[in-house]
Amino acid sequence: MILRLRDLSVRLGGSHILQGVTFDVPPAGVTALLGRNGVGKTTTLRAILGEVPASGAVEFGGEPVLGRPTHKLVRSGLGYVPEDRCVFGGLTVAENLRLAVRGPDPDYDTVHELFPELRARAGQRAGTLSGGQQQMVAIARVLLNRNRLLLVDEPTKGLAPAVVSSVAAVLARVAEHVPILLVEQNLAVVRRLAAGAVVLEAGRVAWTGTASDLLGDAGRTRTLLGVGRS
Amino acid sequence: MSTVILLTLTGLGLAALYFLIASGLSLVFGLAGVLNFAHGLFLSIGAYATWWAAPRWGLAVAVPLGIAAGAATGALVEVVLIRPLYKRPTEQVLVTVGLSLAGVALLQSVWGADPRTYPRPAWASEVTTIGSAQVPDDRFLLIGTAVVVLLALLAFLHKTRYGLIIRAGVENRDMVSALGIDVRRAFTLVFTIGGALAGTAGVLGGMYFGSVSPGQGASLLIFAFIVVVIGGLGSVTGSAVAAVVVGLLQQFVNYYGTAGAGDVSVVVLLALVLLLRPSGLARTAATA
Repeated sequence: MILRLRDLSVRLGGSHILQGVTFDVPPAGVTALLGRNGVGKTTTLRAILGEVPASGAVEFGGEPVLGRPTHKLVRSGLGYVPEDRCVFGGLTVAENLRLAVRGPDPDYDTVHELFPELRARAGQRAGTLSGGQQQMVAIARVLLNRNRLLLVDEPTKGLAPAVVSSVAAVLARVAEHVPILLVEQNLAVVRRLAAGAVVLEAGRVAWTGTASDLLGDAGRTRTLLGVGRS
Repeated sequence: MSTVILLTLTGLGLAALYFLIASGLSLVFGLAGVLNFAHGLFLSIGAYATWWAAPRWGLAVAVPLGIAAGAATGALVEVVLIRPLYKRPTEQVLVTVGLSLAGVALLQSVWGADPRTYPRPAWASEVTTIGSAQVPDDRFLLIGTAVVVLLALLAFLHKTRYGLIIRAGVENRDMVSALGIDVRRAFTLVFTIGGALAGTAGVLGGMYFGSVSPGQGASLLIFAFIVVVIGGLGSVTGSAVAAVVVGLLQQFVNYYGTAGAGDVSVVVLLALVLLLRPSGLARTAATA
């Protein structure tokens, strides 16, 4: 397993958001982290990254990493695509990418192959890009570096259907080389990308298994995710 | 007409001082989120270091020493006092306020509370005739230094990797960390730069006012904070524009209005900006 979470707990502002989350992420393919709004999916990713104080245990590549500074964890090969993109709006596209470069040999070839538009818009301020273009920048930032795992948080949120499809295609291609822990509300995207699935409910793991087992059972999907078959 | 020229250049000289203090203050708050009330102490230490060294080694050595003293104080304060408190903003404010008060008391205990005559180059005491106005040359020294500092800061922010990190960190420092960058090194750097700029302001302030006193940094800091808020937190260019507006407004209203009206007008301007444009003149607080 590339990532192991054991009894991960987070308290923020008096709320017990994660209450002993335990699951594993295999070293290949996409694992979907699912659940209704507010169950702790984004908090789980932020706790793994060390952005929020947490207790329990997190192992990345066999090493305990809980409490390690975020930048060191990322430099050890953990890429992060945050919810709402978080591109630096005042910086150009080229500057956003340059900032993300961690090593001497950034993979601009892959970035420009997957997102040729970014080359054309290199001098444009990222804050003036569309949501889909900002998502390209956010994904491109992690593709510049060699990672052992990607944490990707709601990459299709707020995007037009055509853009959702192209983002999913890019993630499918990326997942051929690096495992992804994916938080996603769009079940069509989950069905297309994910092999495994973990469902959170009220800060706990309510279900783990294959994505096809989860999404193939309409009753289970309705109970765990509050939606019908999509 | 000569009065207008003199007031304009004197106001711009004052604006130069405000800018030198405010730009560092603004970067520190914009990037590290630290409301640094000890920034005036950096200024005072720079000013006193130059005042102390000038009779011994001359201004050519004393001025860089004053700037270096400000920079070293900024770095030391960040590493020793601020760094352990990044997740405790209330304690952070208390520490910087306490340090500011303790610093003034320390300077008083060593050199007394009375203003000390400040050294300046002989040419800075002369005047230049512009139109019909006799303008003291120290005004040009202040204005010229501020312009050079502004250009150097913009070049640093736009042409270097650390400048890029600072501009990004002003927008979202958590995301900078999530890209694998140790943003706390940048915190130390902006404190050092802020300290150097404050030290420069201390030296030039001593030359402008003709004296230095322990409370000088704290009194200038109040207007620098106003400049930071009007200019937009984290914006160097915004600080420059706001400093010019505040410096000129203060000078003209003080001259044509009643005594102290200039200070009141600056506070009224601050209130108007907060009401009408809360993010300041730069609006997008980020970047340079």
